[in-house]
Amino acid sequence: MPAVSKGDGMRGLAVFISDIRNCKSKEAEVKRINKELANIRSKFKGDKALDGYSKKKYVCKLLFIFLLGHDIDFGHMEAVNLLSSNKYTEKQIGYLFISVLVNSNSDLIRLINNGLKNDLNSRNPTFMNLALHCIANVGSREMAEAFASQIPSILVAGDTMDSVKQSAALCLLRLNRTCPDLVPMGEWTARVVHLLNDQHLGVVTSATSLITTLAQKSPEDFKTSIALAVARLSRIVTSASIDLQDYTYYFVAAPWLSVKLLRLLQCYTPPEDAALRSRLTECLETILNKAQEPPKSKKVQHSNAKNAVLFEAIALIIHYDSEPTLLVRACNQLGQFLQHRETNLRYLALESMCTLASSEFSHEAVKTHIDTVINALKTERDVSVRQRAVDLLYAMCDRSNSKQIVAEMLSYLENADYSIREEIVLKVAILAEKYAVDYTWYVDTILNLIRMAGDYVSEEVWYRVIQIVINRDDVQGYAAKTVFEALQAPACHENLVKVGGYILGEFGNLIAGDSRSSPLVQFDLLHSKFHLCSVPTRALLLSAYIKFINLFPEVKATIQEVLRSDSQLRNADVELQQRAIEYLRLSCIASTDILATVLEEMPPFPERESSILAKLKRKKGPGNVPDIDDARWNVNGNGNAEQSESAEGTNKFSPSLMADLLPTNRPRPASSSPTMLSAGTMGSAHPFTDLLNLNSSPSAGASLLVDVLSDSSTPASADVSEENFSRFVCKNNGVIFENQLLQIGLKSEYRQNLGRIYVFFGNKTSAQFLSFSSSVTSSDTLKTQLNVHTKPVDPTVEGGAQLQQILNIECLSDFTDAPVLDIQFRYGGALQNIAVKLPVMLNKFFQPTEMASQDFFQRWKQLGVPQQEVQTIFKAKHPMDTDVTNAKILGFGVALLDGVDPSPANFVGAGVIHTKNTQVGCLLRLEPNTQALMYRLTLRTSRESVSQRLCDLLSDQF
Amino acid sequence: MIRFLLLFSRQGKLRLQRWFTAISEREKKKIIRDMTTMVLARQPRSCNFLHWKDLKVIYKRYASLYFCLAIDNQENELIALEVIQRYVELLDKYFGNVCELDIIFNFEKAYFILDEFLIGGEIQETSKQMVNRAIEASDMLQETMEEYMSKPAF
Repeated sequence: MPAVSKGDGMRGLAVFISDIRNCKSKEAEVKRINKELANIRSKFKGDKALDGYSKKKYVCKLLFIFLLGHDIDFGHMEAVNLLSSNKYTEKQIGYLFISVLVNSNSDLIRLINNGLKNDLNSRNPTFMNLALHCIANVGSREMAEAFASQIPSILVAGDTMDSVKQSAALCLLRLNRTCPDLVPMGEWTARVVHLLNDQHLGVVTSATSLITTLAQKSPEDFKTSIALAVARLSRIVTSASIDLQDYTYYFVAAPWLSVKLLRLLQCYTPPEDAALRSRLTECLETILNKAQEPPKSKKVQHSNAKNAVLFEAIALIIHYDSEPTLLVRACNQLGQFLQHRETNLRYLALESMCTLASSEFSHEAVKTHIDTVINALKTERDVSVRQRAVDLLYAMCDRSNSKQIVAEMLSYLENADYSIREEIVLKVAILAEKYAVDYTWYVDTILNLIRMAGDYVSEEVWYRVIQIVINRDDVQGYAAKTVFEALQAPACHENLVKVGGYILGEFGNLIAGDSRSSPLVQFDLLHSKFHLCSVPTRALLLSAYIKFINLFPEVKATIQEVLRSDSQLRNADVELQQRAIEYLRLSCIASTDILATVLEEMPPFPERESSILAKLKRKKGPGNVPDIDDARWNVNGNGNAEQSESAEGTNKFSPSLMADLLPTNRPRPASSSPTMLSAGTMGSAHPFTDLLNLNSSPSAGASLLVDVLSDSSTPASADVSEENFSRFVCKNNGVIFENQLLQIGLKSEYRQNLGRIYVFFGNKTSAQFLSFSSSVTSSDTLKTQLNVHTKPVDPTVEGGAQLQQILNIECLSDFTDAPVLDIQFRYGGALQNIAVKLPVMLNKFFQPTEMASQDFFQRWKQLGVPQQEVQTIFKAKHPMDTDVTNAKILGFGVALLDGVDPSPANFVGAGVIHTKNTQVGCLLRLEPNTQALMYRLTLRTSRESVSQRLCDLLSDQF
Repeated sequence: MIRFLLLFSRQGKLRLQRWFTAISEREKKKIIRDMTTMVLARQPRSCNFLHWKDLKVIYKRYASLYFCLAIDNQENELIALEVIQRYVELLDKYFGNVCELDIIFNFEKAYFILDEFLIGGEIQETSKQMVNRAIEASDMLQETMEEYMSKPAF
């Protein structure tokens, strides 16, 4: 029996509850309940009118039965009767039943509304409160229609009691949430704001909730609340702990109200008024300071309340994202919490840091905690804390730490809780793609994902790796080799078979030259997995087989044999059967050409948002995916990933330049598949690895060259693309383009306004390139600025041979665009089309000018018109090495002037740009700041366009 | 805002439910099931917070009873935890050393106390004294059995 029974205990109810508790089995309980329900139903339906007490008792029993988890489909009418009673106890129970078991029965709603109306108009505060609570808790549209206009006046009426005001505020809030269209804004809104000044803190608390919600919807109307909220907050924060009497909670002054005021302020940008702003900053500082004070109580409630306010203050600081000092302080505070003994605080610190990581002011500060976060991932006992650690690692990931973070997530994945594996897989896949400088790393990472958590690798993830491999020809050979090796494992995940089947079907030819991965070996390997796979995978493998027939005529017979078997041709699955029959017929009747056309290599995928990111957003809800720069997402990952690196910090590239920098990402013509007719020696060592060594023509001005081959910073990978364009700014020789078939090397010489480029085309295959042609195209503007003469080339390039073409260039006037080299040839019947942006830049036409310090400064002053100077400040992307910088400035074409700049750390250069029409003198100054890892580059020339172009070109080099 | 409050026992028996948004009965049952399994599966000394769909779930165990709140994503977890604590204190003050049985046998009182404290998913009154005063006042209004029986119903 209950320990207390105040007021009028309902004996019948207590007996019934005891009965239920004494039931030995579920069946007995159900039986007892059914008996009771029958009893109540008969009482309600009986002829004899029930007295109020019985009604109340039975309604209570129904409520109890409902709480036990049973459906209640009657008694509403009796509850409405109770609600309309003038006995408080009956009314209370009636309201309770309605608010717990509300039912949108329209007849009933009218009756309920009638009761509510009477109580709202009763001027009895207790009854009014009951009605307001009911409206606030139910909040149905019908109630909003009936009362939305009445409640504001109750709220702002001068004679309304405080407790009714509180209920009215929250009631209005609820109606505004459910039916904002029915709550009219009006004269009352201004008066609501002034409730923030109310003496009664309970009224202020309720009003703050209401104003916050209204301000989110129409911020302008409630702007005046900022000043009042700051004033109120300031008074609370600076009050002694006893000032607020019962609103002090475990020695913390009005924590709920503080949190709500801080939330209200998050609806707005920082206050414009300086005094207000500094008062608010003071408040936030005080809150941060209090976190460092010794606790006033050992009770957890004290620290919870105090830290609740602290976290809300940090949320406001992050929201403003404008005060670097506060942001860094917030970050340090959270850093302390990362190692706190309270699990709750560690959890919240991780969560809060996630948002902090996206602020430019605090991103670096957050990154310093990486080891602690990784440690949390490894040692936290609580899965939800580990999950927050994963989120934070994802949020703090950038180019500098991506390899470490991806590696840690991968290793965590092996022991991760099942509930969060898929999410980790998505995150790893996204980070690996986003920060892949080297796409072999990306391919390795995804294959590792499949190996370790194949079951959690959703379609989006493996689709994506295929999209990327298809769109990036520099990684295709590596991908083919890697999946081939991965498939060697005796038990590999079906997702791996899918990726393997697809990639070998497209690019198996790239590794077929090695006898260990000859076409037959590849086929046998794939087919050994066939019988263990599900129908969709088998279907995919069948498509890979027919692609093999096209790629490798020598395995045609073997594959036809497989297709012809009963298990394929008569497969019970209609899709498999159809594929087997169609593919078999296709391979028998189609000519090689037709086969090559039908089964050509997949064209590149169009650029679009990563399907993986979309999936993560779906999974976590749009607001929960930490900020990812969507603009960086596109399938032609090469350009973007590297672009974001090269543009990081400076963002110097104009959009058109960005687009121009992606020569290999042009959509390829439909027939770009290299059809392998004889795949004999493919994949074995290429006959040449060094184009330049084959050519002995001396290069003029060789002393200025920075040879590409001695440049240790150049990765040996086949990653050749627009990035090479910018590498040619400070040097004249090197490899400008390379794919599986072709390598293009350049040697260039320039003198005055003239230049000559030797282009070397290396055929990397053993087969001939036919109908080879190479021409230079320029935009219309560029044609008036730059003359390029090409000499025609031999239309045939033998396998393994090299072809030379000479381009003569004349600079007419200064220019920003670059000419494009278009190459076309047929390889194995398929037409290849390649476009490479030629590294002919304005600075190539520099003649260095030596001058003394005095002359330099005199000219510097002469070029003092603002338009003549262009200056940029940018982050160093490479180690700040003086010798390298010297070499780059020399390579840029200017003379390096020693002893001119008062600071020996700075670099000063001078030169003249020669064009046919004019000569442009140019002075430059580069000031490194080794502490901040930044540079400042200043260029002064007599022409604005020249200054700008040279600045753009050079600032990208450091 | 607070989306819902659930009280359930260690055995997963629901003792109290308050929903502050319109949800179908079917959906409610599903949520109740999710919440009880999720919260009851938590190891001791874990943190008190969970992410669930787009909500934050805050729970705390008091003796045999779990109190479980779901709040919007941008809400403050720690202050929500103290909402639970404050409610428990209010129950304790009213019943005197409150136990699960008190809430079972006087569930309607537990609701009345809750309604003085939280309405429409927001905290109405944070002062313990004020809430207690309101509850006492409402108890005072309750007629004695004799008065009750002799008072006309309408």
